[in-house]
Amino acid sequence: MSSAPSLAAAIDPRTKMPQERAELHQIDESTRVLALIFLGTSAVWLLVGTIFALIASWKLHNPEFLSTQEWLTFGRVRTAHLNTVIYGWATNAGIGVSFWLMARLSRTLLRHAGILYVSGAAWNLAVIVGTFGILRGDGQPVEWLEFPRYVTPLLFVSYALIGVWGIITFRFRRGEHTYVSQWYLLAALFWFPWLYSIAQIMLVFAPTVGVIQALTNWWFAHNVLGLWFTPIGIAASYYFIPKVLGKPIHSYHLSVVGFWALAFFYNWAGVHHLIGGPIPVWVQSAGIVASLMMVIPVIVTAINHHLTVIGSFQQVWNSPTLRFIVFGAMNYTLASLLGSAMALRSVNSVTHFTHFTVGHAHHGMYSFFTMVMFGSIYYMLPRLLRKEWPSAFLINVHFWGTAAGITLYVVALSIGGWIQGMQMNDVKNYPDFLQIMVATKPWLFARTIAGLMIAVGHIAFVVSFVWILIKKRTVEETSPTLFNTPPTLSLKTS
Amino acid sequence: MNNGPLLFLGIFFTIAFSWSGIVLTNLVQQTEAGATQPLFDKDTEKVVPAPMTGDAKQGQQVYAELGCVYCHSQQVRNSLSRDGGTSVDVERNYGRRPNVARDYIQDGRIFLGTMRTGPDLRNVGQRLPSVDWHMQHLYNPQITSKDSIMPPFPFLFEEREIVGEPSPKALRLTGDWAPPPGYEVVPTARAEALVAYLLSLRTDYDLPEAPKSVE
Ligand code: HEC
Repeated sequence: MSSAPSLAAAIDPRTKMPQERAELHQIDESTRVLALIFLGTSAVWLLVGTIFALIASWKLHNPEFLSTQEWLTFGRVRTAHLNTVIYGWATNAGIGVSFWLMARLSRTLLRHAGILYVSGAAWNLAVIVGTFGILRGDGQPVEWLEFPRYVTPLLFVSYALIGVWGIITFRFRRGEHTYVSQWYLLAALFWFPWLYSIAQIMLVFAPTVGVIQALTNWWFAHNVLGLWFTPIGIAASYYFIPKVLGKPIHSYHLSVVGFWALAFFYNWAGVHHLIGGPIPVWVQSAGIVASLMMVIPVIVTAINHHLTVIGSFQQVWNSPTLRFIVFGAMNYTLASLLGSAMALRSVNSVTHFTHFTVGHAHHGMYSFFTMVMFGSIYYMLPRLLRKEWPSAFLINVHFWGTAAGITLYVVALSIGGWIQGMQMNDVKNYPDFLQIMVATKPWLFARTIAGLMIAVGHIAFVVSFVWILIKKRTVEETSPTLFNTPPTLSLKTS
Repeated sequence: MNNGPLLFLGIFFTIAFSWSGIVLTNLVQQTEAGATQPLFDKDTEKVVPAPMTGDAKQGQQVYAELGCVYCHSQQVRNSLSRDGGTSVDVERNYGRRPNVARDYIQDGRIFLGTMRTGPDLRNVGQRLPSVDWHMQHLYNPQITSKDSIMPPFPFLFEEREIVGEPSPKALRLTGDWAPPPGYEVVPTARAEALVAYLLSLRTDYDLPEAPKSVE
């Protein structure tokens, strides 16, 4: 086990010798094309997913909207939204960030990246074909696994290559110490292909009988969040918070506890999607216990992230990277604690089957994961391209649009969903379903407004992204001073 | 934690553990206990749950293709309180008893669902047995349920000129919904299969392991 000071030295930018900086630069260089492929495609998918989201959201209060075409019916558009944002945006962004981080932290060049370019192209091709397939009606009717069966083998193979490459990169690590982010990344890269292949086999190619399908389904779907996106989000937070602030993480030992507790408990939590349903009571109880135990890794990670930040709020506010990432880390704590509470039978009996759950899913996937990815991209691109972000204004629009938008989103659906759940359980006073449904409409409308705010943020982000790609490098930016003074961009907030 | 292989083993075993616990154990347990087999009801001399008819199977496919599952669950939950008591779902007339695992073994693909943007449909065939009602509702939910946010499915129907006798299957639409004179709206084969499926959704038998049905 490493001691805290050497870890601090390993990630503190001020202690780096010039040749180490040059080395870091070479490592970044070796990941550049790869990172740009994955991050670039993720940005495109983000926009595509947002369009599907807005259409689906509008339909939920105006059902006649675009209702004459079968391929635009709610069930298809909503599904296209989920799959493009999960497998298009979040997965691509996650892979881009993971490889860059893994190579940096392992202090090794990314080898034979060419194979990864091919699997990146294959992955994105599969997502394109799969999305068309969903709109055509070829989708598999399994939540989170809707891509038609003719693209899933391609998805699996290209992903498996990516996972193996990540693990190989870790194998070639130099130095004695592994940093906490590396554990999470290694785990995520290994867990996802396992989850995906088993779910495909047991749900699509050789479906099991009856309710075992539901158990497999929620074991998979919840773990995609818990064992794929969450570890990447935590890994990135663990890296960027101390890195940008220039101080070590609060406690190494806590990070060990946090990692194993997450690995152990998150796995089992998915069953809470089936509480009260036709599955054995002991599995439900196991799911509830695991969900409650998730409080441990969450609190531990929260202590580590938030105590590192305390006292440096000004710096957090001035750095685009940290503003997004700390927003994400705070919401990780909040969303996870709420999630544990939602597994309690008494709470679950209200929130289950309502829009509350939808709000919660976005709290995790967006307020936490997506915001952390945005923050990471703001740090990575200038280093990969050796250019600065062209406009602090656009970054500001991006931050406020998404942060305010997603907060409104989660709050509106949580309140609306809670009311809906209370009314559904109160048969005496609310015997008429239609009356309950009508009461949800204003909240669904607020969700559309929130979606529009988020969309504005996304447009600002994509404009920035394209702009930094095509803009010319200025003289200072090409000069080697970059190695000594890593550029920091401060937001003008006044 | 600088020992790579150990780290890897831990990562491997945590997921293997949850998979075998949640998925494999239940698979083995249910198969062993015979919970994946239908029973023979001596009183009615029928197999329960009954196998799906061909029409219903096709309708289930339409149900899948149109994503009804994203707004409708198909499970009558147990009582939510610890001390037993009746289930709210039964009170709400979603079914006469909570569902158990065996209820789903004839379904092929199952649609337990996670949302109730619309009502639970596990027993909709019992609650709403009228074909006409379903046809009108699917053509446009506003006809039967004003202000509904369920989407209309006009593409499951065909508006055509009446040649000779009007079709007996034509939707009885009045007022604003009526087609122009000389025209009629008839369900396509998909709409008919879908409605056959909806009407087949009914848990109208008892199972030894399930709570008794209420009247
Ligand atoms: C956007 C969500 C949504 C989708 C998608 C949806 N429904 Fe509905 N459904 C509702 C709502 C809301 C109601 C309650 C109001 C009403 O009766 O229209 C409802 C009611 C129903 C009812 C009447 C149930 C009762 O007990 O009153 C049936 C039957 C039904 N839906 C079938 C379907 C089928 C079949 C599909 C797929 C082709 C479908 N629904 C897709 C939202 C949806």
